[in-house]
Amino acid sequence: MTIVNMKVRHGPLARREAWEGRLYVLPWVIGFVLFTIGPMLASVYFSFTEYSVLSGAKWLGLENYTDIFTKDRLFRLSLINTFYFVVLSVPINLLASFLVALLLSVNLRGINFYRTLYYLPVITPAVASSLTWSLLFSGDFGLVNAVLRGLGLPTFNWLYDPQITKLVFVVMNLWGIGGSMIIFLAGLKNVPLSLYEAAHIDGASTWQRFYHITVPMMTPLVFFNLILGIIGTFQVFTGAYIITAGGPANSTLFYVLYLYNNAFKFFKMGYASALAWILFVIILAFTVVQLRMARLWVYYEAER
Amino acid sequence: MQITAKPTLPNRLPVVVPPSRSNRLGATLAQWIATGAFYGLLTLIALILLLPTLWMISTSLKVDGQVFAYPPQILPDPIAWANYPTAIQKFPFWLYLRNSIIVTGISTIGTVLSASLCAFGFARRRFPERELLFGVLLSTMMLPSIITLIPTFVLFTRLGWVNTFLPLTLPAFFGGGAFNIFLLRQFYRTLPYDYDEAAYIDGASSLRVWWAIILPFSKAPLAVITVFTILAAWNDFMGPLIYMNKPEMRTLALGLQFFRDQFVTQWSYLMAASTLTLIPVLILFAAAQRYFMEGILLTGLSGR
Repeated sequence: MTIVNMKVRHGPLARREAWEGRLYVLPWVIGFVLFTIGPMLASVYFSFTEYSVLSGAKWLGLENYTDIFTKDRLFRLSLINTFYFVVLSVPINLLASFLVALLLSVNLRGINFYRTLYYLPVITPAVASSLTWSLLFSGDFGLVNAVLRGLGLPTFNWLYDPQITKLVFVVMNLWGIGGSMIIFLAGLKNVPLSLYEAAHIDGASTWQRFYHITVPMMTPLVFFNLILGIIGTFQVFTGAYIITAGGPANSTLFYVLYLYNNAFKFFKMGYASALAWILFVIILAFTVVQLRMARLWVYYEAER
Repeated sequence: MQITAKPTLPNRLPVVVPPSRSNRLGATLAQWIATGAFYGLLTLIALILLLPTLWMISTSLKVDGQVFAYPPQILPDPIAWANYPTAIQKFPFWLYLRNSIIVTGISTIGTVLSASLCAFGFARRRFPERELLFGVLLSTMMLPSIITLIPTFVLFTRLGWVNTFLPLTLPAFFGGGAFNIFLLRQFYRTLPYDYDEAAYIDGASSLRVWWAIILPFSKAPLAVITVFTILAAWNDFMGPLIYMNKPEMRTLALGLQFFRDQFVTQWSYLMAASTLTLIPVLILFAAAQRYFMEGILLTGLSGR
């Protein structure tokens, strides 16, 4: 029916509908031009200049980029720090949020209460939770060390030992699983029961049903959360800004923090724009690789 | 011949805990134990996830000497309620609260209004450019926000909007964010078109269809994006950090950071201030959690 209707759409009604449609999406189109495409183009230009808000732009050509790649030790360090964080945190968080979502998908009395509780860390303001973390991990008498000492285990100077600060951030990031957990949960609830029913009748075991139904049906969401996780984790900022300010010994100087310092502390807007484009290309490369690999493991139902 | 008895389906998703087919006493007992252990596991994870928040609240009620006591004092004794009025006096709490409410309120109204209108255009009106524009919209969801940060800052600085509420509120009115449009569009598409058609035959305008038919059916997804937007605006740190240089323009999230810089050693006051930042969103979330969880589970958040 719909297809037939689509084919014969020439009348004044269809024209009117089309204009209305354009009008409805117009605010987004304007916003896209003003706040996405426009700034992106401006950012390309800035990245080839020396620019601070106070003075005008001075054309530099490729100098920002060559400086970044050849002279900037902190660029390399912040990139390594960020890779370290992304490579550890993204898979750990993905796995944890999937497992927790599995637990929460079971229909038991009071399960909605637990779903809400598990989401609570996400609603806590990042500033408040960052301050709390710095209290929990503080040197001598933070709760973490107190518990370790009580158990007779060695304690660490968590936030002042460059060897382990990044691991502390990986651990802290685990408290943010609520967002992807809830997407997995929604997906688990949307798996058609008829699939399980059919498998049950065919005598499939719990594990078989999980492995042959739940897992394939969840792969699009794993992919979705993986992509969003990579993009978000590459841009880690608030925690590092508040808890360690990049220290000690720049061990938590993550990429966006370094970019922020360049742009808003040293007012090197051109240089920071070049940094932003390099990060953009890196994230894009990761995304494209993931999109390619998705064909190998993401299961899509036939198009409807 | 008709098969009348349907195969008995387990009331719960047979993902984690399979339904026991046997009703013998031993099996029942085993199931009881399994259920109990399951609740135990859920509670344990909940405690771990809530630990920072609980510790924040507990610390906010401790007298100074107890914050770093060893062994750690789990519950404050005596309960120092006076920390709260003291913390409020130590920084312009009411002013920051007002700023946070203004920013959050305006950007939430803009987002919900704008996103639902744009989504209506994408879901219910047909026009030739629709699929192309929607594809562009989807691709912006994968765009790291850092790439537009600097030029947008330059734009708003040139417009003289630094230290006003405009940079943090106005963009919300231009589509309300790709993710929100996407979410609502997916949901709108599940609503049958018959209602719209009947209304159009009766001479209703499309704006009226949006208001009188689509919106009333969309309470759950609208609740979801409302909560998401409020949380994001309330907890936003980088935005106010960049655009609000004047102390009297700070939001609570940003004010907290400066509170920390000033009173770095007075943890109980700092935690009281942090708790005060959490309380409004906590109340909101408690009030909306029913619709929120329902909305997330019912809408096509999974994107299929």
